[in-house]
Amino acid sequence: MKKRLTLAALAIVAAFTAPAAMAEGSAADGIAQYRAMLAEGNPSELWELAGEDIWKEKRGPKQASLEQCDLGKGPGVVKGASAALPRYFKDTGRVQDLESRLMSCMETLQGIAPENFVKGKWGKGEMEKMEQIVAYVVGQSRDMKVNVDMSAPQMKKMYALGKEAFFYRAGPMDFACATCHGQDDKRIRLQDLPNLTKHEGAAAGWGSWPAYRVSNGQFWTMQHRLNDCYRQQRFPEPIYGSDVTIALSVYMAKTANGGTVMTPGIKR
Amino acid sequence: MGNPMRIRAAEKDGVTEVKVLMNHEMETGQRKDSSGNLIPAHFISELTAKHGDKVVLQAEFGPSVSKNPFLSFKFKGGAKGDKVVVSWIDNKGDTRSDEATIG
Amino acid sequence: MDQSRRNTLKASGGLSLFSLLVAAGMVKPGVAEAAWNKAAFDAKKMDAALAALGAGSPAESAEVQLTAPDIAENGAVVPVGVVSNLPNTEEVAILVEKNPNMLAARFMLPAGTEAAVQTRIKMGQTSDVYAVVKAGGKFYMAKKEIKVTLGGCGG
Repeated sequence: MKKRLTLAALAIVAAFTAPAAMAEGSAADGIAQYRAMLAEGNPSELWELAGEDIWKEKRGPKQASLEQCDLGKGPGVVKGASAALPRYFKDTGRVQDLESRLMSCMETLQGIAPENFVKGKWGKGEMEKMEQIVAYVVGQSRDMKVNVDMSAPQMKKMYALGKEAFFYRAGPMDFACATCHGQDDKRIRLQDLPNLTKHEGAAAGWGSWPAYRVSNGQFWTMQHRLNDCYRQQRFPEPIYGSDVTIALSVYMAKTANGGTVMTPGIKR
Repeated sequence: MGNPMRIRAAEKDGVTEVKVLMNHEMETGQRKDSSGNLIPAHFISELTAKHGDKVVLQAEFGPSVSKNPFLSFKFKGGAKGDKVVVSWIDNKGDTRSDEATIG
Repeated sequence: MDQSRRNTLKASGGLSLFSLLVAAGMVKPGVAEAAWNKAAFDAKKMDAALAALGAGSPAESAEVQLTAPDIAENGAVVPVGVVSNLPNTEEVAILVEKNPNMLAARFMLPAGTEAAVQTRIKMGQTSDVYAVVKAGGKFYMAKKEIKVTLGGCGG
């Protein structure tokens, strides 16, 4: 950790700690200590709690629950399901991540239209319910190993697309995902940026989202997180559940394979 | 009525540790909305935790307790299977009460 | 006072009837305003906040431990824990010197409840944080500076 703190970081730290000359280690140690203390009580649990109820609730025009939803491990099986997503689903003929799969389930089982999400706002209406369900489902894979099955040719194709999207530079800043997340030991201010092209970084990143963000008190799904990456790159934000987001997820998940699921996480 | 709390209570060697996550905005009253109007303060002001009939904790919060408040405390005398009830009231008079079984 | 109310008071071990009414979901907002220590929470100066708590000038004590990170990545959520090893600790308060209102939270600990609480508070900027403890009728304190950094992007 010590080596990652550059002079620029120290200058920022010093600005907040005048007049002390701060030892390199203490800033990183302090932040590690802060994160450890936060992990103790993760407000994501409030979303999990609500999500479990919504999963079982009869909703939508068809007044059905999601208990027959097949997340890849059979109808209604939630335990371990998200650790193995994204995956190729024969019934829809698509590679789907958790959120696009939930959209399919809601449409077919409950009659809740995808437009509720595609045109929805984060944290509002059906989207809030989606976030709660996602928190519940990913919590049911906590401490398991990331285990995406890459055997389907459709998965290989999505992986290739995801990798291309990850390195694709464009926009007014000529940015790619890889600009921030393609090398070791990068940071923004005091934030270490995981190198998502390597197993260690992908396991850290993919393994800890979706997460509760203490900065705004919101629960962010992976789709939300990816859209925010695009926003920060000054790209147009992708359509909810679109293939590019799923492809990026396949790329990250495959690279993270074997890592530990720490979701839902807690982020600053 | 407020949104549900998440309460965990675990007994070890006669001491019960209670961890509570509350679902609340904890609005400070110092922030402005997009049109520049002050957002009124809205926060949990008082909390009570009971083990059976016995009050085991009383707390008063101000608006500078974080959004979705977290609280942990420990008391003696709880046994596995007993109930712990946590209740709060906010500055607008909204209340919420939830319980957990000591494990 | 009717019999059931007397029993309630007895069961509470001397704590306010209010808390029991809150617990029972019977409390009215007006009652809540009266019980909450408005003077202490409204105080904008440390002296005034301490005075409203009845704490005066508490003595620093090594028996009071304030657990908090040296640096908070985000001032919106700063984890703070207070442990008192003083016998008969009955009250714990957490104050932030440079917040608009110092007092963040106050805990009343009946006999049998350990003097060990944790919560999370907001901090507007780097500041000393105070743990003020009442034990055996006297007040003691511990303080610690917590640095608050601004956030970057992502996470």
